Amino acid sequence: MGKTLFDKVWDSHVVTTIENGPQVLYIDKHLIHEVTSPQAFQELENRNISLFRPKQIVATADHNTPTIDQHLPVKDELSRKQLEQLSINCKKNNIELYGLGHQYNGIIHVIAPELGITQPGMTMVCGDSHTSTHGAFGTIAFGIGTSQVAQVMACQSVITEKPKAMRISVDGILSKVVQPKDVILYIIAKLGTNSGTGYFIEYAGEVFENMSMEGRMTVCNMSIEMGARGGMIAPDKTTYEYIKGRTFAPKGEEFDRKVTHWKSLKTDSDAAFDLEFSFDAGDIAPMITYGTNPGMGIKITETIPQTENKSFEKSLSYMGFEKGASLIDQSINYVFIGSCTNSRIEDFRVVADYIKGKQKASNVNALIVPGSQLVANQIKEEGLESIFEEAGFKLRQPGCSACLAMNDDKIPEGEYCVSTSNRNFEGRQGQGSRTILASPLVAASVAIEGKIIDISTTF
Amino acid sequence: MKQFKKIESRAIPLPIENIDTDQIIPARFLKATDKTGFGENLFRDWRFHKDGNLNTEFVLNNNSYSGEILIAGTNFGCGSSREHAAWSIGEYGFKVVISSFFADIFKGNALNNGILPIQVSEAYLQTLFSAVQENPQTLILVDLENQKVTLKETKQSEIFEINPYKKLCLINGYDDIDYLLSIKDKIETFEENRVEI
Ligand code: SF4
Repeated sequence: MGKTLFDKVWDSHVVTTIENGPQVLYIDKHLIHEVTSPQAFQELENRNISLFRPKQIVATADHNTPTIDQHLPVKDELSRKQLEQLSINCKKNNIELYGLGHQYNGIIHVIAPELGITQPGMTMVCGDSHTSTHGAFGTIAFGIGTSQVAQVMACQSVITEKPKAMRISVDGILSKVVQPKDVILYIIAKLGTNSGTGYFIEYAGEVFENMSMEGRMTVCNMSIEMGARGGMIAPDKTTYEYIKGRTFAPKGEEFDRKVTHWKSLKTDSDAAFDLEFSFDAGDIAPMITYGTNPGMGIKITETIPQTENKSFEKSLSYMGFEKGASLIDQSINYVFIGSCTNSRIEDFRVVADYIKGKQKASNVNALIVPGSQLVANQIKEEGLESIFEEAGFKLRQPGCSACLAMNDDKIPEGEYCVSTSNRNFEGRQGQGSRTILASPLVAASVAIEGKIIDISTTF
Repeated sequence: MKQFKKIESRAIPLPIENIDTDQIIPARFLKATDKTGFGENLFRDWRFHKDGNLNTEFVLNNNSYSGEILIAGTNFGCGSSREHAAWSIGEYGFKVVISSFFADIFKGNALNNGILPIQVSEAYLQTLFSAVQENPQTLILVDLENQKVTLKETKQSEIFEINPYKKLCLINGYDDIDYLLSIKDKIETFEENRVEI
């Protein structure tokens, strides 16, 4: 019987299988950031273990960084200390760090792909659940806890059970208002927040084949919101072209050799999955969430379901919404466009295209946070900066920002924020904040109108 | 890591579904560079009102409940990979979390910190909730060796699954790094034998 893409990559990285137990999986690239690494470095120090393969680690500062005045010392003392600790740890252990102010700085899941670090067929981990993003390249990439960060530092491997394989196919042609974010919000709304637990997902079918790398990253990024360890898409021409010429991508003959290998990274036609789902692109419409987990999503034109369940009701009451209500015309004061889900150049082009020549509504505070320094530069080069400024949007410096509100970019209590990030958990964007997840296009429309509208009628 | 074999304890019921790690430990408390101090911020925004006053309606603030076992609604620990969630639960004093479903990364993090996540059937979970809510003095026995959880008084019990390797780690109090270090030569051989593409 044939093998799935996932099997091919996984099996080629198994060091050994523990009797009756999990497997030891070799890790090609380890990404680290300031929040989930300090205790791992500490652990190694306590045990007097040196780092095994520091050259396979790449570090950035992103979660805890301010998005204004990055050239000045970080004001918040704890944040500053955590960032300094990362610099000390990286220096001591010979790890490449793209810290604040570095030309390659940015959100870890934005910079690794754009620098050509992420490549098909690799295994990658990071102490961050959205590591699943890198699966867009046909990579096995997943989030780990800090104990495992220490394990990878010590032995370049993790001990883990092999997840089961799931395939989600979406065929047909998407309407032009439907963005990759809508596709994944739609899938999660259909399948539920824990439907992927124990699985690794392969996204297949026309819709993903026709999608840009940025779009594929948006989709794979949110695999974890279904509970899946990760999601992946078979590499193809779009992938090779995206990688070609990037800073750390293989060059010349080596690149060609890699491409020959990458071409073998696809699911064989007779391979079997443990679970399969398929959806029709024609049924997908612009989406929005109404609750406090990413599975609580509806098409913008739909109404909130009438579910009888205490947790569901608790969630609606937190959001201040009613069962059966429509969200159209809901007034919104905050819009956040950023995060590792939607802060790549393509996302900002979509936003700029929509808002060009328009003004944001006077009640709206609209924040634009690029995913990286390189994206920020590109925004300037392409002239998007002036479009944002003229429309009254605030363009900030790169980082995770209001996605998790560890820095000063917080949404005030009780306020709604239409956000292009990936989590609408209680208090995610600041204590008491209410997050509504949407695509960059929907977020842009909300910023202009000051309320939720049915984007398909105005686009 | 501490060894884990058996415990007998009262339990704290938290019948909410999809409790994510942002609720267990909000992001603003993740700025520390060591592993301590998280217990006091466990479920911070449910335990305290925004003005800093205690939310007396939240179960952790209800003096009738105590114990080393947390019983929670399905899909516990979803969301972020922050191990701080497991650290805060452990430091608060829990040794066991029982739910009808756990998110993957949380489950791994708990096990790596000597906290036992026990997945039971939805029906048994409801039995536990009712028993503890009716009588907060209810004692629950957790026996890792026999993979069994039991309501002491009524003897209602359920067998739970655990990976044999992880079980051995918990019982003996050793962890994954110990194991990986012991096979480091295998890892090096693996690196050497990889076909360079
Ligand atoms: S942008 Fe948000 S989801 Fe992505 S890595 Fe940063 S905090 Fe995590």
